[in-house]
Amino acid sequence: MASTVLTSVPSPKRTRTFLQKLQDGDQVTHLITVMFAASVFLITLLLVYELWIRCGPSRSKFGLAFFFTKVWDPNAEQFGALPFIYGTIVTSFVALLIAVPLGVGAAIYLAELASPRWSNIFTFLIELLAAVPSVIYGLLAIFTIVPLMRDYVEPTLQGAFGFLPVFSGPIYGVGFLSASITLAVMIFPFIISISRESLMAVPREQREAALALGATKWESTYQVVLPYARLGIFGSIFLALARALGETMAVTMVIGNTPNISPSLFATGYSIAAVIANEFTEATGDMHLSALVELGLVLFLLTMIINAAAQLLIVATAGKGTKH
Amino acid sequence: MNKAILAILAAGGLLMVTAAAQSINAAGATFPAPIYQKWFNDYSKVKPGTQVNYQSIGSGGGIRQLTEGTVDFGASDMPMTDEQLSKVKVKVLHFPTVLGGLVPVYNVEGVSGDLKFSGDTLAGIFLGEITKWDDAKLANDNPGVKLPAKNITVVHRSDGSGTSFVFTDYLSKVSGEWKSKVGANSSVNWPVGLGGKGNEGVAGLVKQTPNSIGYVELLFAVQNKMSYGFVKNASGKFLKADFNTVTEAAAGAAKSMPADFRVSITNAPGANAYPISSFTWLLIPSKIDDASKRTTIKEFLNYMLTTGQKDAAGLSYAPLPKNVVAMEQKQINAIL
Repeated sequence: MASTVLTSVPSPKRTRTFLQKLQDGDQVTHLITVMFAASVFLITLLLVYELWIRCGPSRSKFGLAFFFTKVWDPNAEQFGALPFIYGTIVTSFVALLIAVPLGVGAAIYLAELASPRWSNIFTFLIELLAAVPSVIYGLLAIFTIVPLMRDYVEPTLQGAFGFLPVFSGPIYGVGFLSASITLAVMIFPFIISISRESLMAVPREQREAALALGATKWESTYQVVLPYARLGIFGSIFLALARALGETMAVTMVIGNTPNISPSLFATGYSIAAVIANEFTEATGDMHLSALVELGLVLFLLTMIINAAAQLLIVATAGKGTKH
Repeated sequence: MNKAILAILAAGGLLMVTAAAQSINAAGATFPAPIYQKWFNDYSKVKPGTQVNYQSIGSGGGIRQLTEGTVDFGASDMPMTDEQLSKVKVKVLHFPTVLGGLVPVYNVEGVSGDLKFSGDTLAGIFLGEITKWDDAKLANDNPGVKLPAKNITVVHRSDGSGTSFVFTDYLSKVSGEWKSKVGANSSVNWPVGLGGKGNEGVAGLVKQTPNSIGYVELLFAVQNKMSYGFVKNASGKFLKADFNTVTEAAAGAAKSMPADFRVSITNAPGANAYPISSFTWLLIPSKIDDASKRTTIKEFLNYMLTTGQKDAAGLSYAPLPKNVVAMEQKQINAIL
């Protein structure tokens, strides 16, 4: 079988007709894979197009003011996205603030320090956590994080740092902080899992070279391995951020669902994904519906901007690892 | 052997074809979905081959799908507005099916008995004007009850819902200030409070948050054995919601029932009428071209108004009063 294939390989000079190329499979594979790749592009385009068309009434009525006004009143048909944009960004950002040091730290332990056996056990558990549906996280948050926040964490923080605006105001338990912590718990497995993979992918020689030059274990990890795995770690953080931005169910269960802009992390807020999920099914007014669709477009834009910023960050820090 | 299998398959195929001919699609409100599912299921046994697919996607979705003509009929917890009606190609008839009530639920430190609320007080609390449990208005409604000097945490529904529509509709009737500042809708711009998703979200927040107040469907409070408060009705009597007082509200409103059944029965007259009550409606097109579909829908409506009403109490819905049933049976004839 193999020999017949070998003998049928044409000489380089022989030109093949399109049909022959098709028969050989190259062209077919090419066509099919191009189509697959194009479908991603087409779906994105279609998505933006549909959102853009369907939010027409809202765009023409509010214009750019949609991004800068705070009122969300379905009865008066006044819609402004600012509190939702604020809530989405604040919860995602605070969640990253909590999850990144924890996640990267845990990944370093698992990849560099732990014995392979423990590393595998932990990794299995972490991947299990990543597969838990978000509504479960939301329920757990309601029954554990929220009472804990209301009765212990938030009063303690307020007692110690109450003079800071971020820890001021009445305490409900639900709010930005609870939502951020819930999100942090949800995105933490992604960061660990992918960061660990990229740390493991660092060639052994890199570590050995650093150690041979007299570096301690920590110096080799911090100055050689981490910079080398930088791209993968950034990747894990942005994937986690994307999940945090779009998370709906768990957030709506603990954020308090009030379109509110407050410097306090204890205050209640709202996120874009949460308001769409909450109000879409019962929205009867055309303007209300259109405003909700425009919020979807805003979320899409927000994700695009953050991803673009992420790419820039990677480009800006490129080469750092090799300078040491 | 093979022939037998083929015959069975063919027979099955034929059955499916006949079933498909009688298949009806409907979509809408989630609040009455449990009883609708039971009705449609029972009705398919009464009349074999009839299949009603009901998607409980929310009142807004039901109205939208009816307007676009993608379903045979819709269902909604709030009557359609004139503007919505004008967008549907054919005239839409409203058929009240069952009734629901809303109850105030609360969690106040040191209070174990039932609290009483007048409409004015409820509006004051949800407007954010009454901020403490020992406010003079609350004390006035509850003589002899020692209320704490604690801040009130208000909890409302965050998801758009017929429940919120009924509650805000009631507040609009009892408070001019509520009407002008907030108004009635499935989602409104709440002046104060936290939002909980669904009845369970509101109930959960109220249970967990000390000194809070919220509102849930009577059905939900009964099923979860939650205690709830009395509300003062239009004749000045404090009433606790149950199936009788809710049905009474509909009977009271029936005297002035408009011909199209688009009526709000919040704050209805009648000594025993519970004030935060509401109908939920099926939205049926008055012109159905497919004759067999038309017959099936008309027969189903008859079934719903007679046998179906007996299922209501078992599923914790309040049944329709007799005079409303009689009026609706006449309206069935208007479907052509």
